[in-house]
Amino acid sequence: MSYNVSSVRKVFDIPGGVHPPESKEQSLQLPLGPVLLPQRVVLPLSQHIGAPAKAIVAVGEKVRTGQLIAEPQGLFSVGLHASISGTVSAIEDRPIPHTSGMNAECIVIESDGLDEWVALDECEDYTALERDALMAKIRTAGLAGMGGAGFPSAIKLNPRADDKIDTLIINGTECEPYITADDTLMREQADAVIQGTLLLAHLLGAPSTVLIGVEDNKPTAITALKKAAAAIEGECNIEIVDFPTKYPSGGEKQLIQILTGIEVGSGDVPASLGIVCHNVGTAVAAWEAVRYGRPLISRITTVVGEALDTQRNIEVRIGTLISEVLEQNGFNADEAARLIMGGPMMGFALQDAGVPIVKTSNCILAPSKQELPEPPPAQACIRCGMCAEACPASLLPQQLFWYSQSEDYDRLQAHNLMDCIECGACSFVCPSNIPLVQYYRASKGAIKQAAVDKQKSDRSRERFEFRQARLDKAEAEKEAKRQARKQAAAEAKKLAAEKKEQELLQPTIAPVAAVPIPAAVDPEAEKAKLERALSSAQNRLDKAHERLDDAEPERRDKMAARVKEAELKVLDAQKKLEQFNTADNNDPVAAAIARAKAKASLPPHAKLTSSIEALKKRMTIAADKLSSAKTEGAATVDALQAGLDKMQGKIAKLQQELIDLGPEPAVEATVKEDTTPDPAAAAIERAKAKAAASANMSPADKLHDQITSIEKRIAKTAEKVAVARAEGSSTADALQLGLDKMTAKLDKARADLGELAPQVQPESAQNVDSAPEPDAASAAIAKAKAKAAATANMLPEEKLRDQIRSMQTRIEKTTVKVTAARAEGSDITDALQLGLDKMTAKLEKAKSELAELSN
Amino acid sequence: MRITSPHAHTPGNTGDVMKQIILATIPGLIALTYFFGPGSLINVIMMTAACMGVEAAILKLRRRPLGFYLGDYSAAVTGVLLGLAIPPYCPWWIVAIGAISAIGIAKHLYGGIGYNPFNPAMIAYVILLISFPLEMSQWAEPRTVLTESKELIGPFSALSHIWFGTPLTGALDAWTGATPLDSFKQNNSLLVEQLYASDSLFSTARWAGAGWEWVNIGFLAGGIYLLYKKIFTWHAPIAMLAMLFFCACIGYDNGSSNSLGSPLFHLLSGGTMLGAFFIITDPVSSAVSNRGRLIFGALAGLLIYLIRSFGNYPDAVAFAVLLMNFAAPFIDYYTVPRTYGHKKAKRATIKQES
Ligand code: SF4
Ligand code: SF4
Repeated sequence: MSYNVSSVRKVFDIPGGVHPPESKEQSLQLPLGPVLLPQRVVLPLSQHIGAPAKAIVAVGEKVRTGQLIAEPQGLFSVGLHASISGTVSAIEDRPIPHTSGMNAECIVIESDGLDEWVALDECEDYTALERDALMAKIRTAGLAGMGGAGFPSAIKLNPRADDKIDTLIINGTECEPYITADDTLMREQADAVIQGTLLLAHLLGAPSTVLIGVEDNKPTAITALKKAAAAIEGECNIEIVDFPTKYPSGGEKQLIQILTGIEVGSGDVPASLGIVCHNVGTAVAAWEAVRYGRPLISRITTVVGEALDTQRNIEVRIGTLISEVLEQNGFNADEAARLIMGGPMMGFALQDAGVPIVKTSNCILAPSKQELPEPPPAQACIRCGMCAEACPASLLPQQLFWYSQSEDYDRLQAHNLMDCIECGACSFVCPSNIPLVQYYRASKGAIKQAAVDKQKSDRSRERFEFRQARLDKAEAEKEAKRQARKQAAAEAKKLAAEKKEQELLQPTIAPVAAVPIPAAVDPEAEKAKLERALSSAQNRLDKAHERLDDAEPERRDKMAARVKEAELKVLDAQKKLEQFNTADNNDPVAAAIARAKAKASLPPHAKLTSSIEALKKRMTIAADKLSSAKTEGAATVDALQAGLDKMQGKIAKLQQELIDLGPEPAVEATVKEDTTPDPAAAAIERAKAKAAASANMSPADKLHDQITSIEKRIAKTAEKVAVARAEGSSTADALQLGLDKMTAKLDKARADLGELAPQVQPESAQNVDSAPEPDAASAAIAKAKAKAAATANMLPEEKLRDQIRSMQTRIEKTTVKVTAARAEGSDITDALQLGLDKMTAKLEKAKSELAELSN
Repeated sequence: MRITSPHAHTPGNTGDVMKQIILATIPGLIALTYFFGPGSLINVIMMTAACMGVEAAILKLRRRPLGFYLGDYSAAVTGVLLGLAIPPYCPWWIVAIGAISAIGIAKHLYGGIGYNPFNPAMIAYVILLISFPLEMSQWAEPRTVLTESKELIGPFSALSHIWFGTPLTGALDAWTGATPLDSFKQNNSLLVEQLYASDSLFSTARWAGAGWEWVNIGFLAGGIYLLYKKIFTWHAPIAMLAMLFFCACIGYDNGSSNSLGSPLFHLLSGGTMLGAFFIITDPVSSAVSNRGRLIFGALAGLLIYLIRSFGNYPDAVAFAVLLMNFAAPFIDYYTVPRTYGHKKAKRATIKQES
């Protein structure tokens, strides 16, 4: 024998702790009571932490004592055995012993009174067995921690591979007052305790340290254990350690601290420190399971309290109803303050005695009203700190109480509420009798619930976010496509706008404008096309001449008009071809020059009318802008008005010139009958018609009318907007949109306005110079031809110089305006700047053109 | 409400704790009465009654169960402590104003028991001291310094003086005496030895000051009893006394005329022991954890020494305690104990109730 009785292990103190009256004597007066064979047992399928067992018997089936009647579901579960022989009478929900007094599924067995056992598989020498076979025996014996919570024992015996177990602690502390079940077990079955300890040590790979911890208030048990340990043959390294009695030293974490001085980290399991802790009852049950093949079907329970006639320990079959146990021990219901399963510190009150003894039931406490009186009403917390003094976990119970009351869960967690072991020491000492633990349990429940909820909401949020991400991605792809389209459209628009600008810049007759400079067309094909057009136009002209000659007198006029039309077309075609030949199509400067040249070759009538047309067009735009500017009260109104006035003046002048050129009755006549859809010719003819008509009505008046009407409309719109705004009408937005568009137009107008006048001025000046003369159609044609020839000779440099000069003047003016607008922080600054930039660019262009020409 | 664990409780309640505290003041009160006449005893009785009365009135106003709350004896404790702190033979209205200040203002305005951030007795003491400096600084002379012709004030002359302002018969001098702390503060020419020899307050005393040394020993005895009864922990009082001792050692200056007083003089003068065992141990307004209470006590001791030595008021316990009440939440913030299984104490967010 190697047990060294003299070995004294250093024990450590734990913080806090209390010394409630032990009250252990009364149940130790009588020896362990005889086995009480119940008439009926109620066996809950879940007497442990983890998944409930699954019944494998049917109602009506006959079972024997020790027979497996429900098998574990998975590893984290424990099987269940019949604790008596008899018939399964029901598998149904019955009240079970639980803090919340709930019902759960139970197997009910009616006794046949015989207690017939199944054949038990004994084993003389377990060391001869493989570890797996041994573990299987433990697993099938239905072992769950018998100290308190009912943790499946097999799991604790099967630590993770990386947790090397070097310490096995057998907990014989039993620090709760009143309870003496483990004490009795150690006294009466000390050998089994020692054997069980050795077995567990063997299963854990023979840890170097094996301790049985017992409080020093159980001297009999300590002596018995020491004797039993000493009697073991062969090697035995079990140390029986006693230490001062103090509640709650039996808590697993506290016992580890007492015996090793080590604290189990918050949220860790002892196995991570190489420590495994088992209850003495579990050690004995494991021993019996292995040695005798006996599953866990009974346990020692303390039946104690002044409301009982007999207070003692009994070995009772699992599933025996507590009412039955109480009855047999002389229970006086009238005297009892309440019924408690467990001890006075951590036990829970039973609402009903009709619940069974389960594997974890170490005590039935039936105190009298004097023994455990109703708690007095709680007084205010005086922050005396006695609770903090008592707390074994070094918490600040008074702060926890404070935050529990205010449901401040963040602060509760910051104060480590979750490390509270609910030992009740704080409540026990509280002079104000505050049920502190009750508050903590409620808060813990709420925090756990919140965590579960959060997990749930996290998961659904994740799902939502994932979905959102997917949608976003799809949306982004769509958006990218849209952007691409938009950009393409914008480019196209820009291109078009540039063309339009050039068109405005170089007022030409409609046909020219109608032929946009093809950007990327095969020049050869284009040239061929133009040549074909020219020849066909010439053909038509010849034919027209022929017909004119052949025509009857009354149709001559018509024919003459046709001839003229054909001539124009020929001219047009010639011009285009020329333009094509002289200019690189992609070079706008060259194109502009070509256009300028072409224009120069136009007959004065056409030139004038086209000038008028272009001016009118621009005037309409300007009038539009003006009115919107007026509506918005923009600062540009004056400038726009001035531009408009100027334009009107010019139009009047041009029209006067046109009149001076002389009427063209023939042409006028033909125009009316002409159904040719050619828009260019039509436009010219319309202009001519108007010019003719203006003999009767002043075009200036006409324009005035036009402007007035536009102004009226805009004023009306502005009014409507104001009204809609005032009424909060939904149309306000639509109207506002219109106004916004006008603003945009206004911005553009400023840019355009600048460009408007100058181009007209030099041209009109020129037009005036190239003096008018004849009257007849043929004469006009002849004259136009002559003029075209003349202007072709005129130097384009001069024109450009004029342009440049006027542009410079305008740039200067605009610069002044921009500066002023800047200074005032006006919102048209940007628009002005834009116009300025454009002008500068044009100036540069014109200059470079000029330079090119001079070369 | 369902009854949950624990089902066992220590016998007794807050009222019992408070009764223990009242009981523990008896030795000090006996010393006061023996040396200074019945003034303090009358104070304690009147003040306790006044405080209970104010408490009852306010509880009634707040519609709280009278018996339940009066049964916690917290108002009685406040009354007893304030009665001990104010000078004997002060007029009745001092007592009345003191009770209203302590219970009405310092306690119930903050929400009643457990919610007051400041010690009610000390708040009341400071209010009185500031409002009525004359009445609050007239201490009786201890019996040891009385010359043949003077007598200790009797209970009847005391009562008529308190209630009707009649002059104290026969022993006017016995009423207007300075305390040892006053004498020491006013001295700046004599060596400590010379002062001790010349001033009867010291010459008739054994260690520190006539009468006062015994009063302090009485309160010390009561404090030791409370410690034994585990009514509070040793941390705050011992830290305060140790700090006061330490400071006095430094400031003693070998008994020169610049000396700030010997360690024993400081420990056994004025309200030292009353403050150490009955005032700063007031759980409601002190720090929460043991470590916090060590700091709380030590800083209180330091403040008492500094105010005594350099302040305008000869005794400093009340001011020091109130200042420390201010600091308690901060101390709590930095002294959360390390919880089992945690490597470090969390410097968590202790929120002071407010
Ligand atoms: S023991 Fe009770 S009264 Fe004292 S501090 Fe703790 S909770 Fe408050
Ligand atoms: S119940 Fe919690 S807070 Fe109270 S003493 Fe036990 S561990 Fe500390």
